[in-house]
Amino acid sequence: MAGFFVRRLMEFIPVVFLVITLTFFLVRLAPGGPFSGEKFVSEEALRQIEAQYNLDAPLFVQYWDYLTDVLRGDLGPSLKRPNRSVTEWIKLKFPVSLELGLYGLFVALFIGLPAGVLAARYQNTWIDRVTMSGATAGICIPNFVLGPLLVLVFAIWLGWLPVALWEKPVDKILPSLTLGVVYAAYIARLSRTAMIEVLSQDFIRTARAKGLSEFQVVFRHALPGALQPVVAFLGPAAAGLLTGSFVVENIFRVPGLGTEFIKAALNRDYTMIMGTVLVFAVLILFFNLLVDLIHAWIDPRLRHD
Amino acid sequence: MNVRPAIAYHKKCRETQFYDGNTAIMAKMHFNYFVFVVFTILALSYVSCQEADVWSRVNPSVLRVGNGAEPADLDPHLVSGVTEHVILSTLFEGLVNLNARTLQPMPGVAESWELSPDGREYTFHLRHSARWSNGDPVTAEDFAYAWRRILTPSLGSEYAHMLHCIQNARLYNEGKLEDFSQVGVRVLDPHTLRVVLEHPTPYFLSMQIHFTYFPVHRGTIERFGRMDERGTQWTRAGNFVGNGAFQLDRWEPDRILVVKRNPYYWNASMVSLNEIQFYPIDNLNTEELLFRVGRLDLTSTVPLNKVEPYQRNYPEKIHISPYLGTYFYRFNTKRRPFDDVRVRRAFSLAINRDDLVRNVVRAGRAPAFSLTPKGIENYIPPESAPFNPEEARRLLAQAGYPEGVGFPPVEILFNTSEDHRQVAEAIQAMWRENLGIRVGLRNQDWKVYLNSLSTLDYDIARSAWIGDVIDPVNFLECFTSGNGNNRTGFSSPIFDGLIEEARSASSVSERFERLREAEKLLLEEAPIAPLYFYTRVFLMAPNVQGVYPNLLGYIDFKNVFWNVN
Repeated sequence: MAGFFVRRLMEFIPVVFLVITLTFFLVRLAPGGPFSGEKFVSEEALRQIEAQYNLDAPLFVQYWDYLTDVLRGDLGPSLKRPNRSVTEWIKLKFPVSLELGLYGLFVALFIGLPAGVLAARYQNTWIDRVTMSGATAGICIPNFVLGPLLVLVFAIWLGWLPVALWEKPVDKILPSLTLGVVYAAYIARLSRTAMIEVLSQDFIRTARAKGLSEFQVVFRHALPGALQPVVAFLGPAAAGLLTGSFVVENIFRVPGLGTEFIKAALNRDYTMIMGTVLVFAVLILFFNLLVDLIHAWIDPRLRHD
Repeated sequence: MNVRPAIAYHKKCRETQFYDGNTAIMAKMHFNYFVFVVFTILALSYVSCQEADVWSRVNPSVLRVGNGAEPADLDPHLVSGVTEHVILSTLFEGLVNLNARTLQPMPGVAESWELSPDGREYTFHLRHSARWSNGDPVTAEDFAYAWRRILTPSLGSEYAHMLHCIQNARLYNEGKLEDFSQVGVRVLDPHTLRVVLEHPTPYFLSMQIHFTYFPVHRGTIERFGRMDERGTQWTRAGNFVGNGAFQLDRWEPDRILVVKRNPYYWNASMVSLNEIQFYPIDNLNTEELLFRVGRLDLTSTVPLNKVEPYQRNYPEKIHISPYLGTYFYRFNTKRRPFDDVRVRRAFSLAINRDDLVRNVVRAGRAPAFSLTPKGIENYIPPESAPFNPEEARRLLAQAGYPEGVGFPPVEILFNTSEDHRQVAEAIQAMWRENLGIRVGLRNQDWKVYLNSLSTLDYDIARSAWIGDVIDPVNFLECFTSGNGNNRTGFSSPIFDGLIEEARSASSVSERFERLREAEKLLLEEAPIAPLYFYTRVFLMAPNVQGVYPNLLGYIDFKNVFWNVN
């Protein structure tokens, strides 16, 4: 298990290197620079700014400098929000995205899993139809529609929850719901399918024949088997929740890293783009690794290569 | 170890998940979708603004302001946006203030000033009571230091050109002059500052509310880095020292920026608010919602689709006033067919601006027949010919395209935005109807669009200019030959000459006369087609007083207060 873990960690290195290299050159290829604006900036001023940020050096020199800086843990200054370094920005913003992502994940699991189990257990009854219609709707409605809709109902009409901002615990309910619902819907459908399959197997009939209560049959014997595809889905889902929160962050004014990522790309803030891409790349790798580990833990057959 | 079985299983589940329903369920689902869609449409169309006395328990010493985007920085020599301008004008004070109602100069750090008879030399007498927020006195030296800093080439200030009206400032800024003592800024004594200008500049006093002219505290800047270093920590809360009516208290990026009353401000007793909270909210709908539930007292703007409901139901909360900005289309004069002035004029004549303003852009905006907006004191801009499709067709025929036959394919370029698309579609329809020409639409991401503009890689392009100072030259000088803001390829020695003559004109009336001639020429040559003048639209709690409509959108927060009764 430890060897597997270390080997997978080693695989990170070339992938991260590739991500840095590709991103570095792709963002430089995009037309327009960080300092162009609606109002013209004089050539002289532009030259001076570029000199301050080492942007006047040949591209390969810049690339080499960046690589060595990253190895030393220095992601450089933000070009568009100069009063903090990229590392500081990430430290400031990432915990917020992480918090939002975790709440989203809770929503996804606590709504999705029970819904899927219920629908499978009461297959082809009205419970199944209602939950699965809800799940399909959850997958279909984009969060830029769902967010304002939830605000309208819970914040404006009912007045129970705040409209936006990220200060008090109560502020965090609607953004987490908006973010988590689509994943809850996927999980509901995945767990339903898997559950139906498991419930039709012989060992479940044996369990029932032994006279176990329905609760024990479903949760003790059937659920572990039905969890497999959900766990497989959780890796990409967790990465998606953390990296894909841009729209939710924008609607609810959540000061997270997702917004920073998009804005950096639009503003051609080279160092910030590199920094955020790096964070997200490492995150995605990490979650995939985590999922493989959980799989190996659930299913011992996978541990032996 | 191999993870393939897990992935394969995952894939299988994803493939099968949509095929596990039967027809009955599908039918039921269609019905549910229908109900859902109807509900969504009903909900989204519910834009009437619910009334509740959300400001009844407001704290009358605090103002909560929606301020658009997050400020990039608070260094007045490095920023360039409106967002930063609003905050910086509470944290700093220049030599001269403006009356927010009339935009007339009023004493600021300088309690009085004299202008020499030739209009080129100002002598400012600074008040002895002016203090920095750490208690240090504000002196003439502070202004000289600040202006030297912004003009220092190695700082690379993007807005330093605002000071180029000062004698030799441009040369110093471009690195062609090493010695700052030759720039027209002289400290006569700690409380007397003399400024020598390149030419008489009637708007010099009103420019003093622009952040580029604010003083900075030398000790603070140099404690955190070199004078010409960008992005040091001096602008963080706790380090920041300013001389405005308010001081920086708290700055949590993308959450809130709080300024509190500065006890050292020379006129602190006249400041009513104890605290202003700036919320950076770039989503317009979110900002409006926060205002609606009473969590904001003042917004930066209003979503277009909410303007009419507010005007209808809550006219006391919505404020619309003219703004110093023009929305226009550029023609690429270096490329066929718009290298022909007749084609450019035909396209401009075929736009029905009244229709455009009434049906598409709305929000009180006025149709534009000139580049410079109306309302600049004593300057009446010349107007281009009004909507005239017959004349447009005649010009087009003269240029060799009768009824649009044989016209090469051209496109309108705009940066990606629903508002710009709507305008472009309306104009596309007008040209099709009035000229028989079908133009294409092309949208580009902001930075790509800017790149296309400056490399003249377009046929027709959406553009806008927001004036930095209330003077026509700020708009017109963009179109002098080789100016970085020209971006049309337009070049006319006569136009350049008129702008130059205006600069050195001896009287205001002569100056405006030259500028008017220049603008008339610009409109005849038509490298641009002005479309409409901007308005400033914002929401404000009914009991907030002291915010006045003015062309600059300038709010003097010192004089803003809650009318508690």
